[in-house]
Amino acid sequence: MVQTTITVTVDGTSYTDQVEPRMLLVQYLRETLGKTGTLIGCDTSNCGACTVHLDGVSVKSCTMFAVQADGHEVTTIEGIAGADGLHPMQTAFHENHALQCGFCTPGMIMASIDLLRENPNPDEQMIRDGLEGNLCRCTGYQNIVKAVRSAAETEAAKVELGATIPVGQPS
Amino acid sequence: MIPVAFDYSAPTTLDEALTLLADAGEDGKILAGGQSLIPVLKLRLAAPHAVIDLGRIDALRGIREDGDHVVIGAMTQHHDVATHPLVAEHANLIARATQTVADPQIRHRGTFGGALVHADPAGDLPAAALAMDAVFHIVGPGGERTVAAADFFVDLFTTAVGDNEILTEVRMPKKTAWVSDYQKFTRVAQQWSIVGVAATLRIENGRIAEARIALTNMGSVPIRVQAVEQALIGCAIEEDAIARATASVADGTNPPSDLNGDPDYRRHLATVLTRRAVLNAA
Amino acid sequence: MTITEIGASRLRKEDQRLITGRTRYTDNMVLPGMLHIALVRSPFAHARITAINVDEAKRAPGVIMVLTGKDVADEQGGIPSAWPVTPDQKAPPYLPIAVEHVAYAGEIVACVIGRTAAAARDALELIDVDYDDLPPVLDLEEAMTDTVLSHPDLGTNLSATWIFDSAAAGTGTDVAQALASSEVVIERTYYQQRLIPAFMEPRSTVVDPTGEQLTMWSATQVPHILKLMISLALSIPESKVRVVAPDVGGGFGGKLAVTAEEFITLLAARRTGKPCKYTETRTESLMGAHHGRAQVQRIRLSATKEGIVTGLDVNLLADMGAYLGVITSGIPILGAFMYNGIYKFPAYRFECNNLFTNKAPTGAYRGAGRPEATFAIERAMDDLAAELDMDPVELRRKNWIKHEEFPFTTVAGLEYDSGNYEAATDKALKEFGYDELRAEQKLRRQSGDRVQLGIGVSTYTEMCGLAPSRVLGSLDYAAGGWEHAQVRVLPTGAIEVVTGISPHGQGHETSFSQIVADRLGVPFDNVEVLHGDTQVAQRGLDTYGSRSLVVGGMAVVAAADKVIEKAKTVAAHLLEASRDDIEFTAGAFGVKGTDQSMTLGEIAFAVFSAHNMPDGFEPSLDSDATFDPVNFNFPHGTHLCAMEVDTETGAVTLRKYVCVDDIGNVINPLLVDGQIHGGLVQGISQALFEEAVYDESGTLVTGSFVDYLVPSAADLPMFTTDRTVTPALTNTLGVKGVGEAGTIASTPAIVNGVLDAVRHLGVDDILMPCTPSRVWNALRDAAQGGGRHRSPDPSSTKPDLDPAGGN
Ligand SMILES: Cc1cc2nc3c(=O)[nH]c(=O)nc-3n(C[C@H](O)[C@H](O)[C@H](O)COP(=O)(O)OP(=O)(O)OC[C@H]3O[C@@H](n4cnc5c(N)ncnc54)[C@H](O)[C@@H]3O)c2cc1C
Ligand code: FES
Ligand code: FES
Repeated sequence: MVQTTITVTVDGTSYTDQVEPRMLLVQYLRETLGKTGTLIGCDTSNCGACTVHLDGVSVKSCTMFAVQADGHEVTTIEGIAGADGLHPMQTAFHENHALQCGFCTPGMIMASIDLLRENPNPDEQMIRDGLEGNLCRCTGYQNIVKAVRSAAETEAAKVELGATIPVGQPS
Repeated sequence: MIPVAFDYSAPTTLDEALTLLADAGEDGKILAGGQSLIPVLKLRLAAPHAVIDLGRIDALRGIREDGDHVVIGAMTQHHDVATHPLVAEHANLIARATQTVADPQIRHRGTFGGALVHADPAGDLPAAALAMDAVFHIVGPGGERTVAAADFFVDLFTTAVGDNEILTEVRMPKKTAWVSDYQKFTRVAQQWSIVGVAATLRIENGRIAEARIALTNMGSVPIRVQAVEQALIGCAIEEDAIARATASVADGTNPPSDLNGDPDYRRHLATVLTRRAVLNAA
Repeated sequence: MTITEIGASRLRKEDQRLITGRTRYTDNMVLPGMLHIALVRSPFAHARITAINVDEAKRAPGVIMVLTGKDVADEQGGIPSAWPVTPDQKAPPYLPIAVEHVAYAGEIVACVIGRTAAAARDALELIDVDYDDLPPVLDLEEAMTDTVLSHPDLGTNLSATWIFDSAAAGTGTDVAQALASSEVVIERTYYQQRLIPAFMEPRSTVVDPTGEQLTMWSATQVPHILKLMISLALSIPESKVRVVAPDVGGGFGGKLAVTAEEFITLLAARRTGKPCKYTETRTESLMGAHHGRAQVQRIRLSATKEGIVTGLDVNLLADMGAYLGVITSGIPILGAFMYNGIYKFPAYRFECNNLFTNKAPTGAYRGAGRPEATFAIERAMDDLAAELDMDPVELRRKNWIKHEEFPFTTVAGLEYDSGNYEAATDKALKEFGYDELRAEQKLRRQSGDRVQLGIGVSTYTEMCGLAPSRVLGSLDYAAGGWEHAQVRVLPTGAIEVVTGISPHGQGHETSFSQIVADRLGVPFDNVEVLHGDTQVAQRGLDTYGSRSLVVGGMAVVAAADKVIEKAKTVAAHLLEASRDDIEFTAGAFGVKGTDQSMTLGEIAFAVFSAHNMPDGFEPSLDSDATFDPVNFNFPHGTHLCAMEVDTETGAVTLRKYVCVDDIGNVINPLLVDGQIHGGLVQGISQALFEEAVYDESGTLVTGSFVDYLVPSAADLPMFTTDRTVTPALTNTLGVKGVGEAGTIASTPAIVNGVLDAVRHLGVDDILMPCTPSRVWNALRDAAQGGGRHRSPDPSSTKPDLDPAGGN
């Protein structure tokens, strides 16, 4: 079987691998790199469980071939926590009980981070619409919406705090 | 979940892509955003031998002005189309229709050209392009040709783009001061249109001066309804008048029947949605 | 230190791994030399297999082995049914791999084992199966006539007929008489469409045949039941099997099963001597994993003109699908006890005919029998209220059991220990703004508004906490309903709690930690809850039927109490006091009237070193307990919704939803609300979105998430959830089940609301899901016909399907 060589940066580390062109990005992440944090919930691109960031924007990694990611940067649920702890969206999901079985969670979190990147201050309906590509069967979405809203508020509060720091002072 | 194996190439120029496509013959397939093709391959509903990825041809991506036209490169992603200022200003119907396509992740990958060439009868962009009097630029072994929207959509999943051709860009005459609406009727948010109605209008002194109306999923191809466009000319922005002018919009259509509705229901929906689209736009 | 664990909104322990991607779902697992399985499934609903040619597949690159039903006929056993609901229950053999006959589209006919998933999948294309297709049985009413047989060898489509009659049981009077002598009788047929549990994690199984014990990891709700069934069905000594349910991505009853795929993975691993993995695709999951609901409910309800119900007759046709899974046959029977709901009906009869069809087998789906029953009675109460021109809440008030009447033995023979329907209803009405919305409704009707408003009411109860073993015995279920727990005190004072339940999203690692922290006075973080591995949790009956807290939690309490008793003995010895003088508070054992005391941790270490133990004391604090509930418990509540119907398009919008549930005492409000939210959406989704549809040849049309519509966040509003607290009297925690309440209550609330919006326009029935096209058609028919609109038999409105639509 013909293999193609790709180099992809995943969660900050550069990997070079031989892959079959038909290998999906999600399979590359899970099977080749062992990044099983990203999950597969369907075969028709509906559920969003596989959502990752490609060059900073959300995509469904089941609807991309690994070869298409050659030369690009991928971020998964395993790569968003900083050295000093969880990503604020992870914290918000935890604090708002926005997950039950957790299967939709990696995709939900990745989609939610992207949602706030595009619109840092969404109202409830914008959050709901922005998550239309992610299915959850457990939570009824109520707490997911709350979590995203609270992450937005926390971030906004941080920005405001930042703004009050006098210029020239280390923040 | 696992497609049949294929050979893959990612040309960086259009010429290269055309050569690869010609070499592949019938078994070649263009990959654009992959948001329709990849699910089809995963379900093994298609099994091309060669997949030619246009993703690395920068020339096919982007939105620009060209005199009194807006030009959208075939490989421009839905997200970029939906948020681009030129589209908002000169082709706002396209922006509105594109915002209703699928979900954010899919809009980040799926392309304008891909959606048009895919020509799903329930897809939202064909009707919008038709209403915008779009002109399609297609290149093939014999060079470039242009096809008007009216001739572009041939049948279900079939367009004027031949097996060995590539859609490069879509040009639309600017409809700068026009107002528009795209009414998409679905049962859940992330669903294809049960029926969709694209409407764009030019309004002068409180009356409709020009109108374009096209329907999604009311037949095997998008349908432009010129009779209604004519009837709307001179109409005041007032519910009864608009209802009268749009009442016949579904006449003679032959929409599909499925779990979401039978042809009668779809014809009824098309009528209601057309009235709403015109009122909303105005 | 005061301990306020009970009732605290503790954040979940299990979240850390789930939000960071450090998960252990079965499909994540890789073992050395692991092989991969792909399955050939029948495209036909009903056919004879005349030949299978696997030669080419066997030679394909990367293929290790190909198995057909014939190849494994001697060793594959059969999927067992644990519930002979009648002594003469009929059932066809349910083979993991079909040998000669397939009875639903999606049934497995061959198995490829490959070095990679891709190699196995590629080889499927090379297998040739010849079928002689047979006419399929797809409609329940048709099935009942036996004109076409779903299993010709069985001679009938009828598996069993199960009857409950209150006159015969001595719990009430005769229904026929009540119906004959009443002033008002309403007769209705409701259709419970087929649903698909659609858990987000597709099922997956890994079997490792190396070592002494064969180990199976599986995305299951029921590792213990699975272990037992494997042993019985495949004649493997029970002690040679270990089953692990690692992280499981939702179940909702859909993973309360013993599956063909699990058996096949085991056979493959045994044959090849290598670990094998099978993970289904979503398409396979939707057609192959069991479905739920699928009943035709014929209801007759009689009453006086004043609205006092005098009798209820229920006649069910229940779709088993093609085969009986572990508890398929018992599902409709579980509903039998709930048709009378919260009401005092004097006479009741229930008859259920379990029928085979050529569709996927059915089984448990959130609520299992009880949502169907609640839907029927709550719809019928609304229909009766309409008939009598009475407010639906008023009608319910007239008939429900008053709070001072508990304990109350119902006409179905259950003893409801506690409840307060008045309190929950009053609270709900107030929070909902019932009177204001009724006023708005009136205005909209008067003005002929394009958007009409409807108010949906559902006052439900359910039996949960499956189950008192003696009751299960009286229903001929093969197993009991107890639960087991073990509390271990480690030398450092850390606590390990082992439970026989098998959570998959419910948060029991958190709630059980709270219970134990409260009981033993130790910090919440010092408690670790272990579950889901038969090597760790040796005994158990797993998670379903809203049983985990009320049965499993009580076992944990009992085990913790035993630990305290043992520790007291040690404390008395070490503190040189009389055992009677030892008091246990806040994690410490003190001697009455002195300041002498020892913590549980100190005692644990003393027991570990065992240098100085009382004579005859076995040096361990670890304790086991098995809890068998004396009764079910009966959560209840009042759910109200405001539905807007666009009469022009038929579109339905849920504008407001208020529910007040009474689930007794609450251990963790956060978890409870989460269960309610999720439950509500599944129930709402039955009312508005979901249906498993087969075409006339028996092919599943809704075979992907493109057509099987699971709502997203964009399709739903925020819910207002509130509670009243009437503790259960049948367990010392005073808790009731909560996992299914939302689902059970919401479906009838929504449909009642939709109908309430359009009843004045002549519509009094719309099939579920209430799609815009169905609503619009009902309105049009009513307007044209002038008469009432009854929904037609769904079999006469088979969808005309366009293969090209929207893909
Ligand atoms: C879950 C889901 C929901 C969706 N919902 C909607 C919706 O509501 N409305 C809607 O309109 N769409 C919807 N889509 C489809 C989406 O818009 C796709 O992006 C689009 O249909 C195809 O675009 P693509 O760039 O992804 O093309 P691809 O999938 O890459 O290609 C599609 C087809 O077009 C051909 N092709 C593509 N580009 C060219 C070209 N330049 N020249 C010649 N041939 C070409 C390909 O060979 C292929 O046959 C949905 C998709 C998914 C997965
Ligand atoms: S796995 Fe479902 S969208 Fe990717
Ligand atoms: S938490 Fe289970 S699917 Fe979302």
